[in-house]
Amino acid sequence: MTAGTLAKWRVSPGDPVSQGDIIAEVETDKGLIEVEVFETGVVESLLVEEGAKVPVGTPLAEIATVSVPASVSAPESAPESASVSAPASVPGRIISAGSSEVDLDGPMASPAVRRRAHELDVSLQGMHGTGDHGRITLDDVEGPAPPAPSDRVRISPYARRIASERGIDVRRVHGTGAGGAIRASDVLSAKVPAPGKPVSAAERMQRAIAAAMTRANDEIPHYYVEHAIDMGNALAWLREVNASLSVSERLVSGVLVLRAVARALHKHKKLNATWQGAEAVPSEEIHVGLAVSLRGGGLVAPALRNTNEGSLSDLMARMIDLVSRARAGALRSSEMTCATITLTALGERGVDSVTPIIFPPQVAIVGCGATAERPWVVDGQVVPRPVMHVTLGADHRVSNGHQGARFLSALDRLLQDPEKL
Amino acid sequence: MTSDEIRTTLLTCLSDVAPEIGDEEIEDDADLRDELDLDSMDVLRWVQGIHKALGVEIPEEDYGKIATLGAAIDYVAARIG
Repeated sequence: MTAGTLAKWRVSPGDPVSQGDIIAEVETDKGLIEVEVFETGVVESLLVEEGAKVPVGTPLAEIATVSVPASVSAPESAPESASVSAPASVPGRIISAGSSEVDLDGPMASPAVRRRAHELDVSLQGMHGTGDHGRITLDDVEGPAPPAPSDRVRISPYARRIASERGIDVRRVHGTGAGGAIRASDVLSAKVPAPGKPVSAAERMQRAIAAAMTRANDEIPHYYVEHAIDMGNALAWLREVNASLSVSERLVSGVLVLRAVARALHKHKKLNATWQGAEAVPSEEIHVGLAVSLRGGGLVAPALRNTNEGSLSDLMARMIDLVSRARAGALRSSEMTCATITLTALGERGVDSVTPIIFPPQVAIVGCGATAERPWVVDGQVVPRPVMHVTLGADHRVSNGHQGARFLSALDRLLQDPEKL
Repeated sequence: MTSDEIRTTLLTCLSDVAPEIGDEEIEDDADLRDELDLDSMDVLRWVQGIHKALGVEIPEEDYGKIATLGAAIDYVAARIG
């Protein structure tokens, strides 16, 4: 995400605000995001008007904070000024409604340049960019590694200029000249892409997903470990608990897995981290992002903050709230950015297992398949047990398979003692 | 309460859980999870909505009996008194 449109102010100058209050709504590629304030104080001024589109990081409002408990007469309570900035959505490379793109923690390069670099197998990391502000250009990418002849489009300079003026991708034009060279007449007869076609929210979201996943596949050396977990104890416990709870307090098995993942991370901090530039920074807090598929297309993975804390009932209520808001397009900015690992559960759709792709800048993702009755050996006997395949995808720059395997074993152990979750 | 009234209430509860379904026609014998792409949390929220609207508490072991709209209408009708 590079920019957002300030849809609505929820506060006015002079209003008191507390940490965590929602002060504005911003329309982004990921839907409407609620902007939280991280200070307690009084709104001094609003710096952006409703309807204005501003880049990520733009100060939105000024908030006067009071450093000592508010006291009308205290002259020493010098107000400090704090400002709230436009939220940076999911950190990383997200394409906005326009076509510009900002890579928040990697080298600056346009999608076309990245694509070319990928085609040529050239790494952008550490490359010196000769464009504006060190931006890596096509020439930078192609310079050190000339494209193979078969890759090169044969086209006359005139035809190339026409193509560029008309927004036509010359790689898609059939050349009728000598050796397949593209002539001006080929370009003129090529289909011009529909101008200014409005991009739907679903398309924007898919582009954002495409950008994040392309980056993950390009940059993260994934490794995978998979483990089959006997869910018999967990489900039996859940049935017993749910039978005693009122319908409004019932739990689903997903919340047990969510909690177990968070608890298993306690001793496996290398998986609970974010990749920042050249190294992974472990997170003290555990915020598991929950992949939520939106009916009608789209996918978001907002975070359930401090997933390891509070009671299971509390976590269940928070999960329902988060998923409902995700589907209604009412997520908060911090929820979109603070996840330290992601959990994706596709078992509901009946698949046995999932091999997930890490959501940058995170360094691990857990994928669950269906919990299904399988033959299982218990005390030397083959018995039917509900078994769930869990796959950990992790960044090999940060952890290795041995650590990943230990994490899955810990997850298994935790799910055998559900009452302790 | 007539069967049609129950149907209307169940559909209202369903659209609270999955507003995306809109006016989509739901066949009485279609599997709701498949047809409407519901997951177990959606089903739970639907069951909670039915409980709130009609006072009928559907235990977990009976979820299989409300897998289709037709079955759910019959199930609720038999317990609504």
